[in-house]
Amino acid sequence: MAASPVPASTERDLRLDLFRGIALWLIFLGHIPSNTVSWITIRNYGFSDATEIFVFISGYSAAFVYGRAMQNAGFVIAAARVLKRAWQIYVAHVFLFAIYLAEIAYVSRNFDNPLYTEEMGVVDFMKNPDVTILQALMLKFKPVNMDVLPLYIVLLLWFAPILWLLLRSPTLGLLVSAAIYAVMWTFNINLPGYPSGGWVFNPFAWQLLFVLGAWCALGGAQRLGRWLNSPVLIGFAILYLAFAFSIAMTWYFPRLAVYVPAFVGEAIYPIDKANLDVLRILHFLSLAVITVYFVPRGWPALKRPMFWPAIVCGQHSLEIFCLGVFLSFAGHFVFTELSNTILSHFIVSFSGIAIMVGAAAMISWYKRAEKQIPRPPSRQPGFAGGDVK
Amino acid sequence: MKRILLLVVALLAGAQSMAPAQAKPVQCRVPGYQAERIFPLPQVTKAIDKKRLVILVVGNGSSVLPGPTGASVSFPARLQVALSKMLPEVEVKVDTDVVARRVASDAVKSLPKALAEIKPALVVWQTGTVDAMQTIEPDQFSRALDAGINISRSAGADVVFVNAQYSPRTESMIALGVYAENMRWVAMQQEVPLFDRFGLMRLWSDMGTFDLYSATKKLDMAERVHDCIGLLLADLVIEAARTPKDR
Repeated sequence: MAASPVPASTERDLRLDLFRGIALWLIFLGHIPSNTVSWITIRNYGFSDATEIFVFISGYSAAFVYGRAMQNAGFVIAAARVLKRAWQIYVAHVFLFAIYLAEIAYVSRNFDNPLYTEEMGVVDFMKNPDVTILQALMLKFKPVNMDVLPLYIVLLLWFAPILWLLLRSPTLGLLVSAAIYAVMWTFNINLPGYPSGGWVFNPFAWQLLFVLGAWCALGGAQRLGRWLNSPVLIGFAILYLAFAFSIAMTWYFPRLAVYVPAFVGEAIYPIDKANLDVLRILHFLSLAVITVYFVPRGWPALKRPMFWPAIVCGQHSLEIFCLGVFLSFAGHFVFTELSNTILSHFIVSFSGIAIMVGAAAMISWYKRAEKQIPRPPSRQPGFAGGDVK
Repeated sequence: MKRILLLVVALLAGAQSMAPAQAKPVQCRVPGYQAERIFPLPQVTKAIDKKRLVILVVGNGSSVLPGPTGASVSFPARLQVALSKMLPEVEVKVDTDVVARRVASDAVKSLPKALAEIKPALVVWQTGTVDAMQTIEPDQFSRALDAGINISRSAGADVVFVNAQYSPRTESMIALGVYAENMRWVAMQQEVPLFDRFGLMRLWSDMGTFDLYSATKKLDMAERVHDCIGLLLADLVIEAARTPKDR
């Protein structure tokens, strides 16, 4: 057996937390419908969006955490921990679904307008909650913008075996993942959705990015080190980002579309988000290559206070992600019930981010504080009397 | 981002033009609003030359307003009125095949019969919302769009797409995104003009032309919205009909 690839370093790479934190903010901003502030999100300037960042970094940190567990405690323990995490995410998803139900129920009782007879049909599923709620618990029915956590759950469910493989042969693990991606594209495989169609984030496609993240964490990034810094690669990445940017501009200014040669249009459209189009992967990788080039590991500035808010959010990604989904519901509620001016968009967006940072800071503080609490009495000899082993 | 630019342009232009005409009826036409790319409608051009233009509106619940007077005030009827005014010497007739909660692929199934009966020069196809609500496979939606265009064209009719309504209250519940994108893409590929009802209504909402958030059972605002949609759709049909065939 080849020398097992140990997670590259034991120290936490703050860049991961930073960019995951930023991705969480962008996901929050993008999930508030009609939010003016969401023009800053990267999806407006190219093919990929914050989901790619989130999935890749989640794969990276999952390999980092559970890879070490698997080496120290064995496959079974590590697999159990991964499944426990998947369960936590499932519970979080169901919690968010309950909030969504509350929102739907409110709208169906309080909104009536003859202009929107058709659209209000969307609340009809409340008429047969037996079916809908069961479908939701089976992760088939997923309300708008609630597709990321189900994806994450499925990715974790099969993560233990792929991690086992990645620890033994990183290349083989990555090849298996790429093969699944290729088979998915060839045979058009997806998990079923409800009432029809498939998953908005096809797990057979998105696993590639998750596994790629894991592969990088398990030494892949070091192996690529020489290539990553080559000016040729950086040049290609910049060219590709410029290309994606100019295509993206034609979405907002349709008259510019005349300048896109027909064969280019034929070749790139439609850019499939559900099945993680290759164009999106390339766009994400270009962003990653440039980021890694300009923000080296252990970059001292990462410890500066200005980066702290994003880093602290990235360090508690599940909690902050869920909070973000909740806040985006709440933000939409503010727009529909209270005020829908550009000023209120800014206020809602920035206070939402502030709440996310505040919550993350509190979680950090609580975790630190909990560690400092004296251990339970049974571990302290003589404290509870007699029961010391 | 486009939205902010449009809003700024519209507000600047509006500030100059609106002052004297404050009390006049709603300003439907938004200054600076760019339609999607305009493609020629050769059959419509021919029909106008022959002084008789028959249009078929294929649509869902958002193509008709409820109530006994609903049909006469909804946008297909208003399109007929607007076109008749703009083309006084042409006889304009707008027929409808509007069924609530019908997905695009089912609309395509009933298309041949409607085309044979009505023999339109133009099919105005409003779609997208129901497919989004039922989370129809996006590929299947695109294929239905392609099929509808081909069937209409082989029956001698041009096609104009009308996309979903902007509905701020239900925005967090209906994921229109991928369906709107696929419509835009099919429209570009097949050279079909797309009437961007969504973008237009959102701009009206941003500018305060209509309060699309209001909860009411009354039809008055809905009527004015449909009147404006009919008028701007007529603008688009005429501009497209005047676009030379080989650019």
